[in-house]
Amino acid sequence: MTMKYKDNPQAVADLVRPAEVHRDLYIDDEVFELEMKHLFASTWVYVGHESQVPNAGDYFATEVAAQPILLARHTDGEVYVLHNRCPHKGTKIVIDRAGNTGKFFRCPYHAWSFRTNGKLLAIPLKKGYKDTGFEQSEAGQSGLPPVGAVKNYRGFIFVRMKQEGISFEDFFGGSLSSLDNMIDRSPVGKLEVAGPPLRYMHSCNWKMLVDNQTDTCHPMVAHESSAGTAVEIWESLEKDENTKTPMAMEVIAPFMSPYEFFEDMGIRTWPNGHGHTGVHHSIHSDYSAIPGYLEMMAEAYGEERAKAILGENRHNTVYFPNIMIKGPIQQLRVFIPLAANKTLVESYIFRLVGAPDMLLERTAMYNRLINAPTSIVGHDDLEMYERAQEGLHCQELEWVNVQRLYEEGEDLDLEAVENGTTERQMRNQFHAWKKFTVESMEAEARDLADA
Amino acid sequence: MTLPTRDDLIDLVYHEARVIDEGRFDEWLELWAADSYYWMPLDYQQEDPKNMTSLMYEDAFLRKLRVERLKGLRTFSQKPKSRCSHVLNRPSVEAFDPKAGEFVTRTAVHYVETRLDDQFLLAATVHHHFEMVEDELKIKLKRVDLLNCDAAFGNIQLFI
Repeated sequence: MTMKYKDNPQAVADLVRPAEVHRDLYIDDEVFELEMKHLFASTWVYVGHESQVPNAGDYFATEVAAQPILLARHTDGEVYVLHNRCPHKGTKIVIDRAGNTGKFFRCPYHAWSFRTNGKLLAIPLKKGYKDTGFEQSEAGQSGLPPVGAVKNYRGFIFVRMKQEGISFEDFFGGSLSSLDNMIDRSPVGKLEVAGPPLRYMHSCNWKMLVDNQTDTCHPMVAHESSAGTAVEIWESLEKDENTKTPMAMEVIAPFMSPYEFFEDMGIRTWPNGHGHTGVHHSIHSDYSAIPGYLEMMAEAYGEERAKAILGENRHNTVYFPNIMIKGPIQQLRVFIPLAANKTLVESYIFRLVGAPDMLLERTAMYNRLINAPTSIVGHDDLEMYERAQEGLHCQELEWVNVQRLYEEGEDLDLEAVENGTTERQMRNQFHAWKKFTVESMEAEARDLADA
Repeated sequence: MTLPTRDDLIDLVYHEARVIDEGRFDEWLELWAADSYYWMPLDYQQEDPKNMTSLMYEDAFLRKLRVERLKGLRTFSQKPKSRCSHVLNRPSVEAFDPKAGEFVTRTAVHYVETRLDDQFLLAATVHHHFEMVEDELKIKLKRVDLLNCDAAFGNIQLFI
């Protein structure tokens, strides 16, 4: 492979223009490696929720920046995020997705063992390393190394793989209001992951998924087949004034809302690539009230605050680079990049602790109707991504357009609220992509020059 | 009242698979009782279809939606259409209680789905629960437990 982008921050920077981006961002293997190494390592990336590891010894294995990672609950109650790799021969310490390891991790190959905070505990026949200089070796010093930084934000665990870099607060800033709103929807301010995630394999670049979260010009087109057909069937059925709209119709029909609905709902962007659709209203606004819920919320927060919390109907909030959350239905999707043309999507749902079960029922329904590999809504999204992944290999055209409602001199480092069909949030993401990738590449070049 | 025989249950399981394989989806909808569900759990031995995510948990309305969508002119992920093939082990009758109206079969199934150049294979254990509706045997619940229910899938477009 010719190295077009490696050690060439300028070439990487040139891939992003103010209102269009180069196709290599989606299809080039070298760009993929660079964004894992630089973007995913420099920014704050969501890993998991603390309710997935409630007890000491519980662990959870995943992947961040194309590296095997594990979360573990240590005896001190803290959640540690460690590299899932034995310092001896490289064996992954855990391969099941979740479990309880007891007091320590034990490598299944040579029985090196580690505390649940990653510290090396014991090596069999350790005397064999006497006078070998083992203590100075990488294996002798490392244990299971922690990631650069960990932040547990109200139960949501984020990491920065690099030791140094932007702080959690500076990276997310005002965007944390979406997470706050999702959590505050529990009368006791607490969420719990409910069951395993849906796992949906996408033969496309991870950014196509992230772009799609705030693309409000596709639902009425790509989802006409599912949402449009649902509306047609429902309208053809005999009904009277006592006929109750089923929950499934409430979930699926708003996807067919007209362009004006999406224009009016608004998009808000925050610095560093974060943003959300649904400022004024959203496809979640008209769900039926769940009996008893508002009363529970009013008791917990006071009526005014309860109404303010439930009055937010943010549709999709993107926490760049790797997750999207839906506050009004307590859903979170993680985009796990596996290759330039391969992305694993995991969709989690949360129980609102202390709230009626019917909320969880709606959340579970939404997840399977919209985001499952068996979902007729998801089918047409994936079809579009995969067609784009193939179409982008066309040599005749090099650029992907994100110009909708662009104005020259747009300042993406300022929070803004705009027309809900703007592609400003996509531009915001690419701006952040370029900033963090290129800054990290330049820092690496300086370190190499100093060495 | 006519009672079904064990063979009637088994025949209906085979018939249902054939109707799907031949793309006769409107006929497929007719095989179901009014208040019936097609359930594909997400988790091995999942008990609760409502308060946990499932791959599918579909009533008559949602099944009809799937079938109508397959015919749609703008159903882009079905241009071209998917096709499928079921291979069934002989169903075993797990419950046969005409008095209680309880009829359950268990069937081991290999399911192949194809579209364009892609083809994939799924293995499943399927439980059919039947009921008699006006002397006719109908599906009340079809539970499809995928062998690899916890794996990451691409699109699964038709019915297992």
